[in-house]
Amino acid sequence: MSGDMILFFILASLSVIFSLLVIFPRNVVHSAMALAATLFFVAVLFLTLDAPMLAILQVLVYAGAIMILFLFVIMLLNPAALEGRRIAWWTLGSLAAVALLLELVSLFFYRPSPSGQPPVAAAFGGPETLAQSLFTDFALPFEIASVLLLVAIIGAVALAKREG
Amino acid sequence: MIIDLGIIAAKVFLVLFMVLNLAGLLGWIERKGSALIQDRIGANRASVLGFAGLGLVNTLLADPIKFLTKEDFIPPQGDRLLHTLAPCLALFPALVTFAVIPFGDVLVVGERQINLQVANLNIGILYIFGMASLSVYGIVVGAWASNNKFSLLGGVRGAAQMISYEIAMGLSVIGVIMAYGTLELQQIARAQGELFWGWLPAWGFFLQPVAFLLFFTAAVAETKRTPFDLPEGESELVAGYHVEYSGGKFLMFFVGEFAEIVTAAGLITTLFFGGWQLPYLMRDGFHFPWGGALLLPHLAVVVLQVGAFTIKVLFFCWLQILLRWSLPRFRYDQLMRLGWKMMLPVALVNVVVTAVWIVLRQQLSVKP
Repeated sequence: MSGDMILFFILASLSVIFSLLVIFPRNVVHSAMALAATLFFVAVLFLTLDAPMLAILQVLVYAGAIMILFLFVIMLLNPAALEGRRIAWWTLGSLAAVALLLELVSLFFYRPSPSGQPPVAAAFGGPETLAQSLFTDFALPFEIASVLLLVAIIGAVALAKREG
Repeated sequence: MIIDLGIIAAKVFLVLFMVLNLAGLLGWIERKGSALIQDRIGANRASVLGFAGLGLVNTLLADPIKFLTKEDFIPPQGDRLLHTLAPCLALFPALVTFAVIPFGDVLVVGERQINLQVANLNIGILYIFGMASLSVYGIVVGAWASNNKFSLLGGVRGAAQMISYEIAMGLSVIGVIMAYGTLELQQIARAQGELFWGWLPAWGFFLQPVAFLLFFTAAVAETKRTPFDLPEGESELVAGYHVEYSGGKFLMFFVGEFAEIVTAAGLITTLFFGGWQLPYLMRDGFHFPWGGALLLPHLAVVVLQVGAFTIKVLFFCWLQILLRWSLPRFRYDQLMRLGWKMMLPVALVNVVVTAVWIVLRQQLSVKP
């Protein structure tokens, strides 16, 4: 087994362990911290796949901003007294999980030959190539996403104004 | 192979050694400096054989011993695991950020070229913002795990403040990135060696003065020091997010804050004040604009560059400490108004103006 594979298995098992730690503890802050750790390990996985830009953006946006907002809201609301788990949701969630597992198992039988893939170019995953594809090939989805964000911002401002 | 690894290890050691020691020294400068500003004597209680060394013995010897031998208190109703993890989360980003800041140009030893920077990433600035965004965890988690209302309030304040000022900080740097056209800090530092009109160094401060003011303000806000020390706010929140911390863990928060000052000073130097550039110093010595040259050996040039970087960093560390003891604290609504309603629009306008200026420069091919 090569060094890359060992690194992959360490990182993959760490992210699986921490993602399990997101759903099992009863303490919401522990779950949020475990989710942040999961996102961080997935970012390191991106780093091993020659995508440093994506890795840093993952840390910056998900671990650094979105998770902080999650923690912020958890601390403001302090949901110390959680209601017990309802049976209906519990079974529905389990069914969805089993369906997802079956789908993932089918992936084991699908093996693209890794030798057929060309090695990545030197500039792959760098800021220049990312910006090139974002502003030429994917300009329309990029603009649509920004309009979506703008709508969300305006909605948030409108909601906050109504209270005052 | 072994030598390459050794060089990398040496650079990592050198940077960590300098940052941590400077953080300790800043503790001394802060205590004696504040005493000087407030017209009192300051730390002078401890001495070795009658030698107090202007408070050096007190702050660099007695204080750490006291911190490390004190009781490490964990609130009984708090969260043991997260309470212990939080100081580590606060210290970690402050120490790893310096890895991408170049402290000199290339040092040539025989055949080998040593880049005087721990890690040369092509996304250096993004790395810094990624790590800086993680520094919020330390205070938020520490505040929550203490199970104390004052510290929780401090943590909530800190999270809101740091996220708000990160946005202004990021937008102010976009102007610099556009002006130099790269995210690599070493290339930004190199580009600042050019001259405008043959005499003015092309430092970021001259290209982007507005960005410098915004970045400096946001950097001070990110280190959570006066006038932005609302998360601590000792007059209303006792000590804010670190109320329940004592001993070694408090020391980690304390050192983390000073390490953040050093990192902020390093960033300001690299982005706006030429990094390791000394005006008119080229690779082979000084070339003055009024004619004349002073040729120097390679080693002397490298020493001068690293020395220039160190002096600039020390200056901005001193400036941040001076600010803390000169300005009163903001009110929380003033803080939010400054961040969102003043700095954010100005940063956006700066980005637009920079873009227009770059297009005009390309069209008319004028310098700068």
